[in-house]
Amino acid sequence: MKTSSDTLIQVTDLHFARSGRPIFAGIDINVRRGAITAIMGPSGTGKTTLLKLIGGQLHPAKGSILIDGENVHRLSRRRLYRLRRRMSLLFQSGALLTDISVFDNVAFPLREHTDLPESLIRDLVLTKLEAVGLRGAAKLMPAELSGGMARRVALARAIALDPEFIMYDEPFAGQDPISMGVVLELIRKLNKSLGLTSIIVSHDIKETSAIADYIYLLADGKVVEEGAPAELTASASPWSKQFMQGLPDGPVPFHYPAPSLEEDLLHVTN
Amino acid sequence: MSLIKQLSALMQHLGQGGLNFFQRLGRGHLLLLQLLTGLLPSLLRPRLIIYQIYMVGVLSLIIIIVSGLFVGMVLALQGYNTLVDFGAEESLGTVVALTLVRELGPVVAALLFAGRAGSALTAEIGLMKATEQLSAMEMMAVDPIRRVLLPRFIAGFISLPMLAVIFSAMGVLGGYFIGVGLLGVDEGAYWSQMQGKVEFGHDIVNGIIKSVAFAFVAVWIAIFEGYDAQPTSEGVSRATTRTVVHTSLAVLGLDFILTALMFGD
Ligand SMILES: Nc1ncnc2c1ncn2[C@@H]1O[C@H](COP(=O)(O)OP(=O)(O)O)[C@@H](O)[C@H]1O
Ligand SMILES: [Mg+2]
Repeated sequence: MKTSSDTLIQVTDLHFARSGRPIFAGIDINVRRGAITAIMGPSGTGKTTLLKLIGGQLHPAKGSILIDGENVHRLSRRRLYRLRRRMSLLFQSGALLTDISVFDNVAFPLREHTDLPESLIRDLVLTKLEAVGLRGAAKLMPAELSGGMARRVALARAIALDPEFIMYDEPFAGQDPISMGVVLELIRKLNKSLGLTSIIVSHDIKETSAIADYIYLLADGKVVEEGAPAELTASASPWSKQFMQGLPDGPVPFHYPAPSLEEDLLHVTN
Repeated sequence: MSLIKQLSALMQHLGQGGLNFFQRLGRGHLLLLQLLTGLLPSLLRPRLIIYQIYMVGVLSLIIIIVSGLFVGMVLALQGYNTLVDFGAEESLGTVVALTLVRELGPVVAALLFAGRAGSALTAEIGLMKATEQLSAMEMMAVDPIRRVLLPRFIAGFISLPMLAVIFSAMGVLGGYFIGVGLLGVDEGAYWSQMQGKVEFGHDIVNGIIKSVAFAFVAVWIAIFEGYDAQPTSEGVSRATTRTVVHTSLAVLGLDFILTALMFGD
């Protein structure tokens, strides 16, 4: 298996099933160092699952995920934790610690992993919160935030330790147009000026196409299309046409697998 | 035909139940192993443990003090009624103290602890799991077993024996109020008989050993149930119930075994 030094994350022939239902049936993804790679697809295709597989929280049934040449699922616990210090995952829900304030949430990774003096931690936390426009919310508790705000705090926490690569799970969901612009700009800036490698999981086509260098379209447990945003938009394939233009009809099923509606409605169980 | 079907369904149900039981038992022991291997590094972060001693121990003080007082008062009433028939009401202090120190202190404190602190531990950890907080910690390269579970484990393990001692002390005081204050037992007799008959090595130390054992079981169950809970609201509520039920049964069963070993001869 060759990993060019250009590739940071290499997903090969990944298979994964959840409670007997296959989620991935052999996908291959390459994440280029320093680039923004987008993973798109209808909800329920397993985008979040893919990020958890990359983070080593779930184990594939078959196939491998290499990060910097290291197989994530073969690492010892200690090495896996060391690898995780280099990455960040922005959870779809934010997953803030609910019993401590916004400030302490952002300070959490700093306090756990460094011996920085409290005054420096304060400066760092406030800088990160300023970047997501929430410095004023530092004293609030997570329960006092809206969903979009919680996700931006989680973003500040994700970048607190200046990771090498960040996985964003639906970073745009629940953001108003203004904060959407802020988040978009922040992701772009982190990527361009700090050379961060980013994976964005999203179904917001417009925003994602605007900043992604490369897009993978997932459907039915497979990568159905891949390419630069312009290529996908121009592509004649029914997959990208349907997804990029948001058409209800096409090869991507809008429905979770089920018997036909007529069958379900007419089938009276006693 | 349908009888066979029903029987086989029953067998399947039983088999599945048995499998689940042993799987959970295995996971419980695995977690314990992970807890024990992380023990030393966790002790180096006493601030986390002290905070949890406050949450788990100090906040349980009120219920322990009030219950201890009442149990001691009831013991004095009941004990006096029996003793007075034999003209032995002077021994009331001994009876109250021995019952508390050997049995009721450790056992009732553990049962109250399961209801007050154990259930809270399970619910808190289960909810952190359901809201992906534990998962987020793992991704931040922070081990939730060491950061979240162990401080609670250690705090509970330290707190319960102390709560049991406080419970017994309060009970002796409650017995004094009723016995001496209300029923007219001689004050000097109440205390001196107690001092003469309650042996430190035999009674008090054994009582403390009991409550240390109960503490271990109670905290282990509470933490395991939270960590192993289904990450849904229903799953967390079921886990909380299981904590209280399993801890109560385990404590009572263990108490029988320990009593037989300690005081059986
Ligand atoms: N904990 C779980 N147990 C069983 N199935 C799950 C679990 N989480 C997600 N799934 C299933 O896995 C599929 C992929 O989920 P997910 O990765 O969250 O999708 P996406 O993020 O693309 O919307 C969904 O069909 C969902 O039903
Ligand atoms: Mg998702």
